[in-house]
Amino acid sequence: MPLALIVEQLLNGLQLGLMLFLLAAGLTLVFGIMDTINLAHGSLYMIGAYLAATVTEAAGSFLIGILAAVIGTAAIGAALEIALFRSLYRRSHLTQVLATFALILIANELVRIVWGSQPISLNMPASLSGPIEPVAGFRYPAYRLVVIVAGIAVGLLLYVGVTNTRVGMWVRAAASDREMASAMGVRTSRLFTFVFAAGAGLCAVAGALLGPLLAVQVGMGENILILAFVVIVIGGIGSVRGALVGSLLIGIVDTAGRAFLPALFRVLFPPAISSEAGPALASILIYVLMASVLFFRPRGLFPARG
Amino acid sequence: MRDSFHISLSPGATAAAVAALVLLPIALNAVDQSFYIVLATRILIFGLIATSLNLVIGYAGMISFGHAAFVGAGAYTAALLIRGGFDSAWIAWPSGALAGALLALVVGAVSLRTRGVYFIMITLAFAQMVYYVIVSLKILGGDDGLNVPHRPVIGLGVDLRSDAHFYYVVLAIFVLLLAVLRRFLNAGMGRAIQGIRDNETRMEAIGFATYRLKLSCFVAAGAVAGLGGGMIAALNGFVSPSLLQWQQSGLLMVMVILGGAGRFLGGMLGAAVLLGADEILSDYTTHGSLGVGIVLLLVVLVSPQGLSSLVRRQLG
Amino acid sequence: MKRWIAAMVMATALAAPAMAADRIKVGFMSTLSGPGAAIGVDIRDGFDLAVKDEGGKLGGLPAEVSVVDDQQNPDTGRQIVERFIKRDHDDVITGMVFSNVLLPVMPAILDSKTFYISPNTGPEDYAAEKCSPYFFVVSWQNEDLAAAMGLVMNDAHIDTVSLIAPNYPGGRETLGGFKRTYKGKIVDEVYTKLGQADYATEITTIQAAKPKAVFFFLPGGMGINFIKQYVSAGANRDIPLYTPGFSADEDTIKAVGDPMIGILNTSQWAADLDNAANKKFVADFRTAYGRTPTLYASQGYDAARLIDAAALEVKGKIEDKEAFGKAMHDAKFESVRGQFRFNNNNYPIQDIYLREVYKDAEGHVTNKTIRKIVADHVDPFGARCPMK
Repeated sequence: MPLALIVEQLLNGLQLGLMLFLLAAGLTLVFGIMDTINLAHGSLYMIGAYLAATVTEAAGSFLIGILAAVIGTAAIGAALEIALFRSLYRRSHLTQVLATFALILIANELVRIVWGSQPISLNMPASLSGPIEPVAGFRYPAYRLVVIVAGIAVGLLLYVGVTNTRVGMWVRAAASDREMASAMGVRTSRLFTFVFAAGAGLCAVAGALLGPLLAVQVGMGENILILAFVVIVIGGIGSVRGALVGSLLIGIVDTAGRAFLPALFRVLFPPAISSEAGPALASILIYVLMASVLFFRPRGLFPARG
Repeated sequence: MRDSFHISLSPGATAAAVAALVLLPIALNAVDQSFYIVLATRILIFGLIATSLNLVIGYAGMISFGHAAFVGAGAYTAALLIRGGFDSAWIAWPSGALAGALLALVVGAVSLRTRGVYFIMITLAFAQMVYYVIVSLKILGGDDGLNVPHRPVIGLGVDLRSDAHFYYVVLAIFVLLLAVLRRFLNAGMGRAIQGIRDNETRMEAIGFATYRLKLSCFVAAGAVAGLGGGMIAALNGFVSPSLLQWQQSGLLMVMVILGGAGRFLGGMLGAAVLLGADEILSDYTTHGSLGVGIVLLLVVLVSPQGLSSLVRRQLG
Repeated sequence: MKRWIAAMVMATALAAPAMAADRIKVGFMSTLSGPGAAIGVDIRDGFDLAVKDEGGKLGGLPAEVSVVDDQQNPDTGRQIVERFIKRDHDDVITGMVFSNVLLPVMPAILDSKTFYISPNTGPEDYAAEKCSPYFFVVSWQNEDLAAAMGLVMNDAHIDTVSLIAPNYPGGRETLGGFKRTYKGKIVDEVYTKLGQADYATEITTIQAAKPKAVFFFLPGGMGINFIKQYVSAGANRDIPLYTPGFSADEDTIKAVGDPMIGILNTSQWAADLDNAANKKFVADFRTAYGRTPTLYASQGYDAARLIDAAALEVKGKIEDKEAFGKAMHDAKFESVRGQFRFNNNNYPIQDIYLREVYKDAEGHVTNKTIRKIVADHVDPFGARCPMK
């Protein structure tokens, strides 16, 4: 297997992992700090992509599009937190499931009403729409590299923010023990709004960055939502570090599985088995991974609480 | 002291409801709306499936996010049997139930070692695994699913090809299983399982084999879900992997929560409202889901225990 | 509400069984949301345009067209079809885009002896032994356009190729059609998930295998994503793309833009085909909807015109199903693609053209017809159909 192929697939896995991280980070904090299951997290990602597409088209600049998407989605997130989620914090997980499931339906329909049922186009900036060739004979799409770099940048910012700022300290305290943090004087209600809005903003970055590669369409958030949940369970609920490790793990395992398993199976087994078993195993690999992690570490790799 | 676990159904109301359901097809035929008999049948089947999930979520307190897998297992089993020449419903449907039960045994045995959100995620993971395996196997039709060439045969003068006959058979099974469920929940084991839901540690301390009880519940629910799947396969005339998607599991959960988790008719009520609303709204607008979403949110805010308790409150 | 009242009135009026039809009821079910939506919307727009051109009538009868979205989901499709058959008692059903929705619901439609006109997918399942006098395909058999491309690539001496299509009946049949005519070596045959969005893995694998060209079948949004990602990886510089017209028409061009210039594609129809019916169709479509029609729109348009012609031929007596069906088979209408007639299995016999995406004098990116590849192309399954 040529080295270039392996490196390329690893880069693809890294890209997927970093985007998953953007979603998982917000999700794990909301779950860890506010003990709230938010099924509508994927809808925030979708709204971010739609806002980015619309503003990019109107303003002619992808950068402005992303900025508008982040601000807009964060604002929507904050509004949702104040209007709805505050009354969900004390409720059972079942109620939260029902309420956020309803939100998914509402969000999908509202988007459909405003933008129509067909996917809308968000094109990558022309300057990035071709490959670059860092080493002779090895080409990689410029845009995907930008996504990787952006993902790393945001990740670093998040890490620095969480570990080195006062707000970050409050967040870590609340994730570790909400009651104690509140007792020690952390303004929990404002913190919650902030965490929720920040999570929404991160979703928007992922949505805007992935928009040019995948389609911007109604319901785009649901499949990536499942992956995000798998990530936070593996990583440990409430832990941003866990979310990072989990998403990179999932991104690489999933990509490598889809890329190499079918070929591997074709070498090892007769075609009758390999043509089905390979792709089948590739799809369930991440779930097998999650089940295994939970078997050895029932609370995930880096649980935030004790 | 009023027994908070006891399910009491007023005999008068129950008889009236069953009578209404029995007369429904006759009434629909009279106004030439026989199409709705099929809709009613579908609602009954999903009501049964949702009730089985209610047993797990509402009465046993285990939030399972993978119930669609058991439905799918039953559906595919029944489909394969009918395609393979085993026409009898007496074989196809109990086999579906058995498939659901066996799968639930495997999934439950592993998942019940975890709690809380991890239980939710592990049940989801297993359901996804089953889904992807089924989608990948050509012998199961892959993404396209399998056609069920004809409806199964019951004999006894009943012809399942008639929509009305099919409806009555489903109704009979539905009423029978609900009666059994009520018996179970009012008896020792049923109370024990609710005790476990409320305080597992205490039940353990008293000496109940909580793991075994929870697993039995899980398997029983899987069996009923499998039976429901078999009936859906016969009703639709085909099975497709979309029956096993996680969105389906989510929908079943919503039915239970909407109707009232832990309320006896919760599953039935939730299924009727969701499927009925979907049918009515889709005739007038493609944006029906918006209305459904808003109504769900309102239910959450106004009556967090679901529609069952809302109804109960109104009736005094 | 209105339908309830109408049904009640009808019921109480105790209609006699085969009352003369005073209107024609069409159930139009298509994929109007999700990644395949652009196709369904185009078919619907083409169909609506034809009905509007006839003053809201088909064959002189007022047309009641009920448009519903199947969401590309066979369960939804099943429930809608049941409604069409059992509640609305539709005379004709049409509109489905994808074979994975069509195949599960066809047995119910045929059992009820309702006519189905396919304006898109033409699966082999109903082209051979299971052909039916109630099933008509007005577009193509799933192998047709791919088989034509095989001939083109033979002529161009492209001796190695990688294939890629989604894993569903339409996808497998299309590649099957290509393999029937192509004489070179197939380096790789990749089946992706229906609706898949990210093709990074597959594109990398294709580049590693180094074929002379890639033949892909990825309708709707799938094709848009694939082409964007393929060009973004620079793969098109070494390994050109060939495709049936599905992924090179106006909808894809609008979403992808300039990177599409140069793509060769096969189609039974093109906007610049020179016949009276087509000139009218393209002009009317542009006026009504503000965009150039795709081949999907032409298929929807022709479907309506077929129903119109058949209903006219039986002078509005569509309740006589045998006569109506025979009139459909006669297909006495001016198709916008020029020559059109049905094979014995009710699939089309038609010419297939080679098109190329180019930038015209006004700077618009669109298709131009290069040449006719094959005339009167017949599908390979008709001999196995018992109908005459």
